[in-house]
Amino acid sequence: MPRVALFITCVNDALFPETPKAVVRILERLGYDVDFPAAQTCCGQMHANSGYKKDAETLASSFEAVFGDYDAIVTPSGSCAAMTRDQYPHLTGSDIGRRVHELSEFLIDVAGVEDVGARFPHTVTYHPTCHGTRALGLGDKPLRLLRAVQDIDLVDLPAADQCCGFGGTFALKNSEVSSAMLADKCRHASSTGAEYLAAADNSCLTHIGGGISRLERTAGSASVAGRRGPRPIHYAEILASAA
Amino acid sequence: MSTHEIVPAASLIPADAPFPKAAKVALGMPQLRKNLAHATGTIRAKRANVAGELDDWEALRDAAAAIKADVQHRLPELAIEFERNAIAAGAQVHWARDAKEANEIAARIVRDAGAEEVVKVKSMATQEIELNEHFEAVGLKAYETDLAELIVQLAEDKPSHILVPAIHYNRTQIRDIFDQKMGDAPTGLTDEPAALAEAARLHLRRRFLSAKVAVSGANFAVAETGSLVVVESEGNGRMCLTMPETLISIVGIEKLLPSFADLEVFMQLLPRSSTGERMNPYTSVWTGAREGDGPKDVHVILLDNGRTGVLADEVGRQALSCIRCSACLNVCPVYERTGGHAYGHVYPGPIGAILAPQLEPGRHDDLPYASSLCGACYEVCPVKIDIPEVLVHLRQRGPHQAGEQAAMGAARAVMARPALWRAALRAARFGSMPWRRKGFLRRLPWPGSRWTVSRDLPLPPKEDFRDWWKERQR
Repeated sequence: MPRVALFITCVNDALFPETPKAVVRILERLGYDVDFPAAQTCCGQMHANSGYKKDAETLASSFEAVFGDYDAIVTPSGSCAAMTRDQYPHLTGSDIGRRVHELSEFLIDVAGVEDVGARFPHTVTYHPTCHGTRALGLGDKPLRLLRAVQDIDLVDLPAADQCCGFGGTFALKNSEVSSAMLADKCRHASSTGAEYLAAADNSCLTHIGGGISRLERTAGSASVAGRRGPRPIHYAEILASAA
Repeated sequence: MSTHEIVPAASLIPADAPFPKAAKVALGMPQLRKNLAHATGTIRAKRANVAGELDDWEALRDAAAAIKADVQHRLPELAIEFERNAIAAGAQVHWARDAKEANEIAARIVRDAGAEEVVKVKSMATQEIELNEHFEAVGLKAYETDLAELIVQLAEDKPSHILVPAIHYNRTQIRDIFDQKMGDAPTGLTDEPAALAEAARLHLRRRFLSAKVAVSGANFAVAETGSLVVVESEGNGRMCLTMPETLISIVGIEKLLPSFADLEVFMQLLPRSSTGERMNPYTSVWTGAREGDGPKDVHVILLDNGRTGVLADEVGRQALSCIRCSACLNVCPVYERTGGHAYGHVYPGPIGAILAPQLEPGRHDDLPYASSLCGACYEVCPVKIDIPEVLVHLRQRGPHQAGEQAAMGAARAVMARPALWRAALRAARFGSMPWRRKGFLRRLPWPGSRWTVSRDLPLPPKEDFRDWWKERQR
């Protein structure tokens, strides 16, 4: 069986185990032998994007040491994949990013599948996260995978290409502007009436989900057009749901 | 019709405050946000339409980026070539190291022409050097003739956008400004765009006919021919460039293009990127002075004002490729919500966030952080300035706040050692147990409060991926 390494990302390591579990299930279903190098930590994106180049270099070197021997590394994060591909060459001169695939890239470009045999009988709206879409150029790959899911009801997200306002430390340093961007994203997400809001990055979903949860709590359901806002979900978890 | 007192928006937003603070004030102005969202949304859609019409749009962007990179590689030789050719064509060329020199040269030329006032073509370079303010201080008067610049000048406000300096006003507010500040506004002026334009036209016509001196910038300076180019929509530029006897053009040295043929690329990119038009209504090209045709005294002031400093930075210098189209402002989710004044610099939005701290080293250090790095700016930039790359590059300069530096260092130390990282994950899981019942953290102490001000935070899971994986391997 072809062997792939799984990079789960630090955010999923700390907060969202269901997403990497889903990736393992999808890849194994497709006949891949998944390896999880336990020494993995963080790609260094937070440090790099906040201006801490030396720290980012250290973490990039660690990543290279952990994953250097693998031909294919799969990760459920558009922005972490973009970090390795766009920034590592400038930080450490490493081209390992060429072997790092965001999940949808791996499934469509490497494995050559769009229908991964999932069934998800729910309404879902999809938010194309900025780094996945613009830095990585994912295009509609995650959406193509979702469209092939049995019984899924995909609804368009208004102003989908607008940033949710997360931006890593931007959410803290420019909290007010970030919150204003988030408010619009939550409003659009809730207006779809979808049960789930899917995306390719759990960091953005933490932000949007945290906003929706807060709105529901502080203003009751009135603030979201008389219904609960959509639940945040990584699209890998939809693809992993069994048919 | 009742009118409201004009309160210049710039006077409400503290220009010297750090961006987050100024932005907070702007966010609290509902009319401003409404005007901005409407205007940027409209231009954004127009740009996307007309850019999408061209099959070779990406090739044009590549060509523009390549031409600008070439200019940056041989700026000194091109500047001298421009000077030689402009002088040969009858222009006088002056060199200004900084704003002060440029303003003094311009004021001297105005005095030598026996004038006390000038009419102005819309120009970012003159905004950058605060020419109007300098003229005022030395007893000269500069009259803006671009409609939006006129609105801003009458309101005693500051521009909030590169292309549409009055973007923060709606037409009712503009009516009030004309009514109260223009002096010769027709009675019963309505807020119909045609009526407002007519009022401005009549007001400006008197100035065009009496002005002896005009001041302009330039969109492009062609080294090969010594020509200057102004791209505009209203025709006020054409009036200023042809009617007065003396013309002073203040041109940043980065505006140079090697050859006239290079305009082919930029004349396709600029109107589509800026106003969302296939072609702009007025393009003026002039080369030196000619007897009986336009101004007889033609002056060009080549302006550095920090540009050679920017040129010295290999990553940052791409900011000098900017053609001031403002497409990046119109797509920026931050700019859309705060407007331009919060940036505290004449160049706001994404391009301002990389240009301002480079043109004025040591100042505007907060601006590179005024971005979520979403990349929408890079996607639309007609000259392919990788704005997110430069933002990150400038963030590396610091200064970083001590507390943040310590936190980042600690995070790196933990993340660089897998055993420590695993221990930290375990500690976070156990530490958060008392709150687990709620599922979410709703209030954190500072600096976590910067997050929980508007978002709940999920708690670590009971069982993490590593536990699951280990269990499975057994």
